[in-house]
Amino acid sequence: MYTQALNTAETDDRGLEDAGKAAQFQARIDAEERIEPNDWMPAAYRKTLTRQISQHAHSEIVGMLPEGNWITRAPTLRRKAALLAKVQDECGHGLYLYAAAETLGSSREELVDAMLAGKAKYSSIFNYPTLTWADIGTIGWLVDGAAIMNQIPLCRCSYGPYARAMIRVCKEESFHQRQGYEIMVTLCRGSDEQKAMAQDALNRWWWPVLMMFGPPDATSQHSDTSTKWKIKRFSNDELRQKFVDATVPQAQYLGLTIPDPGMTQDADGHWRYSEIDWSEFKQVLAGNGPCNRDRMAARRKAHEEGAWVREAAAAYAAKRAQRQSAQAAE
Amino acid sequence: MATPNTPLWEVFIRSRNGLAHKHVGSLHASDATMALQAARDIYTRRGEGLSIWVVPSSAITASDPAEKGMMFEPAESKIYRHPTFYEVPEEVGHM
Repeated sequence: MYTQALNTAETDDRGLEDAGKAAQFQARIDAEERIEPNDWMPAAYRKTLTRQISQHAHSEIVGMLPEGNWITRAPTLRRKAALLAKVQDECGHGLYLYAAAETLGSSREELVDAMLAGKAKYSSIFNYPTLTWADIGTIGWLVDGAAIMNQIPLCRCSYGPYARAMIRVCKEESFHQRQGYEIMVTLCRGSDEQKAMAQDALNRWWWPVLMMFGPPDATSQHSDTSTKWKIKRFSNDELRQKFVDATVPQAQYLGLTIPDPGMTQDADGHWRYSEIDWSEFKQVLAGNGPCNRDRMAARRKAHEEGAWVREAAAAYAAKRAQRQSAQAAE
Repeated sequence: MATPNTPLWEVFIRSRNGLAHKHVGSLHASDATMALQAARDIYTRRGEGLSIWVVPSSAITASDPAEKGMMFEPAESKIYRHPTFYEVPEEVGHM
């Protein structure tokens, strides 16, 4: 049930964090039970999930911008229809996730306003530009590939509404990765210029995509409690390694070179990548990536320009409700 | 300025003829017509449904999870309500 209205009816004892209740809660998590919106939960669990799910939702919405940039310039009608459907999916994913976040007690409007005010983050990957058509292929192949790697374990997350939203998202996401890879295959089988364009896109996206999995385990601030609460099932570095191992053979098939001359395969078959430049990640996170200002400006513009639609819809609904109650009174 | 809140709706979809409407999620819309259109766009992009219901979330009365013991225990202790409680001689065959 997704009704956040029910949450507010709960008593106020959450703030006191009754030790007995907290232990009972952890026992439920350990027994792999799902936590539902009206169940008791520690305030920190609620806060962590509200932050994570709303950031995930913002990422889906902002993620529409770099790809939307290419809808009108897609090379064929087939590619255009696919890209349009993919961008629509991203919007849908954002909406499922907002609905899941709202069950924790914040309103949609509060969540969106926090993002527009710059108080809530979205995934840094969307602060990079899409310069050529090959970027659209690379985003589907690598960005969506990395997102799937992150999202599959979230289908078993302890919070019911988030897990259910993720199941739906993952089902739809696999088309995204396949359509991206298909674009790359086509470019790599094409002219020398097309293949060079594919290589250039891979060169620019590779390192930012590895950063999508978050800081190394040794420095991640949210991991410990998230693991205890079974929000997180694998560490950042575990997921990153899984992604690299899955991706290297795909790049080899394309005949593209991963822009990491230090990369080696160890005895167990794992591809070991070089040190990641975390100063770049911090810079982008701090708002200094190539497109941070553009993305925020585009979101604010869309929100402001849609204000009259929201107002008109609300006024129309109010007028209809008033008329109905007047008729009922007659 | 904070954006004014838009009402919340619960969405139910019947996937194929003969199956019941099933809860699939929720959405915000200012009225029922817009809720129905938004439900079509958000929850049936891949032909998931033949019929949609939208219900104002505020119209739902839910059981209290804290009282689920009291609410559902009476059914749990009545195992004689299940067919496997009864023994039928093997010679009789499937029943």
